[in-house]
Amino acid sequence: MNNHKKRSERIAFMLFRTLGLLVVLILFWILGFIVYHGIGAISWEFLTTGPADGMTSGGIFPAIVGTLCLVAGSILFAFPLGVMSAVYTNEYAGNSWVVRFVRVMTNNLSSIPSIVFGLFGMALFVRALGFGDSILAGSLTLGLLVLPLVIRTTEEALKAVPYSYRTGSLALGATKLQTIRRIILPAALPNITTGLILSIGRISGETAPILFTVAAYFLPKLPNSIFDQVMALPYHLYVIATSGTDVEASRPVAYGTALTLILIVLLMNLLAAFLRKYFGKNVKHN
Amino acid sequence: MIKAKNVNFYYNDFHALKNIGMEIAANTITAFIGPSGCGKSTFLRLFNRMNDLIDGTRLTGTCLLRGKDIYDKSVDIDRLRKNVGMVFQKPNPFPKSIFENVAYGLRVNNMGDKKYIAQRVEESLIASALWDEVKDKLKKSAFELSGGQQQRLCIARALAVSPDVLLMDEPASALDPISTSKIEELIHTLKEDYTIVIVTHNMQQAARISDKTGFFMLGELIEFSDTKKMFLNPEKQETQNYITGRFG
Amino acid sequence: MKRFIERIIESLLTVSGGITSVAILLIIIFLFKEGIGLFGSPTVEKGYSLCVHSTNRVSSLTVKEIKRVFDGEITSWETLGGADEEIMPFRFETVFSRYSDEELGENYRLLTDKLGQLIGDHPNIIAFLPQQFVPVDVPGVKVLAEKHVSVADFFGGNEWMPTATPSPLFGVVPLIVGTLIVSIVAILIALPLGLGVAIYLSELAGERTRKWMKPAIELLAGIPSVVYGFFGLVALVPVVQQTLRLPVGETAFTGSLLLAIMALPTIITVAEDAMRNTPRTVREASLALGATNWQTIYKVVIPYSASGISAAVVLGIGRATGETMAVLMVTGNAAVMPRSLFDAVRTIPATIAAELGEAPAGGAHYQALFLLGCILFVITMIVSVSAEMIAKKQQKQQKGQ
Repeated sequence: MNNHKKRSERIAFMLFRTLGLLVVLILFWILGFIVYHGIGAISWEFLTTGPADGMTSGGIFPAIVGTLCLVAGSILFAFPLGVMSAVYTNEYAGNSWVVRFVRVMTNNLSSIPSIVFGLFGMALFVRALGFGDSILAGSLTLGLLVLPLVIRTTEEALKAVPYSYRTGSLALGATKLQTIRRIILPAALPNITTGLILSIGRISGETAPILFTVAAYFLPKLPNSIFDQVMALPYHLYVIATSGTDVEASRPVAYGTALTLILIVLLMNLLAAFLRKYFGKNVKHN
Repeated sequence: MIKAKNVNFYYNDFHALKNIGMEIAANTITAFIGPSGCGKSTFLRLFNRMNDLIDGTRLTGTCLLRGKDIYDKSVDIDRLRKNVGMVFQKPNPFPKSIFENVAYGLRVNNMGDKKYIAQRVEESLIASALWDEVKDKLKKSAFELSGGQQQRLCIARALAVSPDVLLMDEPASALDPISTSKIEELIHTLKEDYTIVIVTHNMQQAARISDKTGFFMLGELIEFSDTKKMFLNPEKQETQNYITGRFG
Repeated sequence: MKRFIERIIESLLTVSGGITSVAILLIIIFLFKEGIGLFGSPTVEKGYSLCVHSTNRVSSLTVKEIKRVFDGEITSWETLGGADEEIMPFRFETVFSRYSDEELGENYRLLTDKLGQLIGDHPNIIAFLPQQFVPVDVPGVKVLAEKHVSVADFFGGNEWMPTATPSPLFGVVPLIVGTLIVSIVAILIALPLGLGVAIYLSELAGERTRKWMKPAIELLAGIPSVVYGFFGLVALVPVVQQTLRLPVGETAFTGSLLLAIMALPTIITVAEDAMRNTPRTVREASLALGATNWQTIYKVVIPYSASGISAAVVLGIGRATGETMAVLMVTGNAAVMPRSLFDAVRTIPATIAAELGEAPAGGAHYQALFLLGCILFVITMIVSVSAEMIAKKQQKQQKGQ
C-alpha cells in the first residue's frame, strides 16, 4: 500500500517539474525565436533611419521617436496624478469607506481591456475634445491605462516606509505635508521609481489604445507639436506583420521591430530589478 | 518506548539541542517545560521527524522508537508519522467536513474500507470526547466548530490512525480556560492507550497532568524526573528558579 | 501663508484621489452614450430609404427580410405578406446604367422624377434610394416605414455584416461565441499548466530555482501583446497548420494556445501566492498523519487555496477575453459562427480593433462597435468584482483560522 502512495507522488512530482520546465522552454522559445531572426536586422542604421521601399526595408526611426513621445506624454500625465492619488489614499484617507471605494475603482480600472481604453480615447479626446489623432490624445489614453499601475506601485512604496518615520517627524513639529515631502516621499522614492520604470515598459508595448488615437500607418516626418500624429513601435509591428505593402518582404523589419520592443521591456525589467536590489540593500543597511 | 541518546541538533550554526538523553516509558504522560526558545518543541518534533521539513538542520546522536532508530535510512517517514501522532499549538483543521477531517489519515494511508473508516471516525470522536457534540453535523465544515472543539477534533484526527505515541505541542495554549480543562481531562483518559508527550508553557498544566517532567533551558535538558518530585523538590537551582518564578 | 499653501496642496491631493473613479465614470458615460445610440438608428443605412409601389400591401420590413430580399433569397412578395408577385429589387447604383446622362438632366435634376416613374410602372419593385432622390408625394410611390435597430437584432442576431447594404447586420452572437470559445479553451489549456507550475514553484522548487524562475515568468507577462501576436503569426500558426493538417493555421485554437501562454503568468503568480499562504501548521498536521507530500498538496493545500486558485482562473479569463492584438493577428478574423475549434473566428476586441478605423464616426457601425466595447466593459467589471469577492472570502477564511 505504501509503494502505491510513493509511486503516485513520484509521478506527480515528475509531472510538475516537467511543467515548470515547459514554461521556461516556452519563454526561451519565444525570446530565442525573435532574437534569432531579429538580431541580423538590428543595426545602428536600422534604429536611426526611416522606413524605405514601402516599409519593406530601411529603419524604424520615426516609430522609435513616436513611442518616446507617447511614453513621455503619458508619464507626464499619469505619474504626478498617480503619485498624488496614492499619497492621498495612503496618507490622508485613513481606512474609511472612501479608501476602499477608491481601491476598488483603481482595481476595476486596471482590469479594463486596453481596446476599451482605445474606444474611450477616441470618443473623448479625439472627438469630443477635438484633439484629433494626435500625440496629446494618445498620451492621455495611455496615461489613463497606466494610472492604476502607478497608483498601486506608489501605494506599496509608501506602505513600505516604516510608520516610525511618520511619528518621528510629526513629533518634531513638522506638519503632515512637510512629513510627506521631506521624509516619506524621499524614503519611498526608489520603489516609486521602480513603478515608474515598469509603467514605461508597459506603455511602450501597448497597441490597442493608440490604434485610433494617434498611430499613423506611415509617416516619414517627425512630429512638430503635440497635435501631430506619429508612428509607434507596436503599431508599426502590427502593420508590417499583417497589412503592409508586402508582408513577406517586410519580415526582417518586423523581426527587428519585435526584437527592439522586447529589448525595451527586458531593459526596463532589469532596471527595475536592479533598483529594487540596490536600494533594497540600502534600506536594510539603514 | 522512546529513547534519545546524545542528541545534538543544529539550525544552520545555531546549536539548538545540546547532548540530550531521555527515556520515555509506554502509557505515560511526559511534559516538557521551559522558557520559550529553550528547545522543548524542537526536541518533541524530532520524534516524528517534523524537523526534516526545515532546511539547514542537522542532527547527531540517536532517537529510538521501540528500539528502532527513527533516523535510519531504511525508515519510511510517512509510516513513522502515522505511528507517531501529533497535535499542534493552534487548532488546524483542514478545509473539509468534520467527518473528512478525522477520516483524512485513514484515507491517505489506505487504511480500511468505507465501513471501517466510518467506525474509526466514530471511535476517535468518542475517544476525544467530541462525539456527542458533533454526531449530528458530521458533514458540516470543521471551521464551524469552536476553538476548543476544533482542537479536540485535531486530537480525534490524530487518534484515528491508531498511533503508538501522541506528541502534543502546547495543545491548549490558544484555548479558553474551559476548553483547556476539557482537553486536559481528555489527555488524562487517553493515557491508558497511548504514550503521550506534551510540550507546555503552563507549569500548572504540566503539574496537573503529567507523570514525568523534563525542564529545558537554552537547549539543555536541565532536569528530568517524576513530576511530583520536580515541582516539590527540584534537584537543580535553575529548575527551582524557573518554577518559583512562575508560580510566585 | 504657509498654512494656506498647504491647504491648497492637500485639497489637490484629495481631488486626485478620486481620479480613477472619475476615469471609470467618464468611460461609462462615453462608451454607453455612443453605444446606446445604435438602438436609435434606422435599420436601413443612414440617409437611405426603401420605396415600393403604393398598391403594395407591405408597409415595413425587418432587417433580415431586407437582407434576404436583396440577396435574392426571398423572391416573392407573397412571402412578405403581399401579392403573389415576383420581387424586383432595385439598387440606386443601377440607375446610371438604366438612364443616360441626358435623360437625367443637368445636375440630375430629372432623376427624382425618373425614379418616381420607374416605381409607378412596376408594382413589384422595391427600391433602395438616397433620401434626397426619393420621389415624395408622387402617386404610385410608397416609402416603407422606418424601423430602428432593436435590442433583439443586436443581441440575438447571428450575422455580423456591418457594411452590408441596404441594411447592415449587427448580430453580435458570432462574436460572443468566438470570444467565449477562444477564452474558454485558452483557460482549459492554461489552467492545468499554470496550476502545475504554481505547485512546482510553491511546493517543490528550491529557493535558488524560485529566484530566477519568478522573474522569468514576470518577463513572460511583460512581453507586449503585439509581439505575442507576431510570434503567433510567424511561429505558432505554421506549427498548428502542419501538425493538425489544417488548410489554414489561423484558427480559434491557435488563438487559444497563444492566449493560454499569455494568461499563464497571471494564473501562476496568483495561484502560487494562494498556495504559499496555506498555514504551515495545516501542512504539518497532514504530514504528521503520515500523508506524503503529494497527498498533502492535493488533499490539503489545494482545497485550502481553492478561493485563491479560483481568483486566478477568473483573472485569467478576464485577461483572455479582453486581449486584442494577439488574438486579432492569429485567429483568422472571420466574423461568422464557427463550426469547430479549428475554424477562423473573430472575438469582440479583435472586431473593434479591425473595424473602428473604417467605420464612419457617429454612424451605426461606429455605434455598434462602441456597444461591443460596452459588452466588454461589463464582462470585465463582472470579472473584476467577482475576483475581488473571492479574494475577500479567502481573507475571511484565513482570519477564521
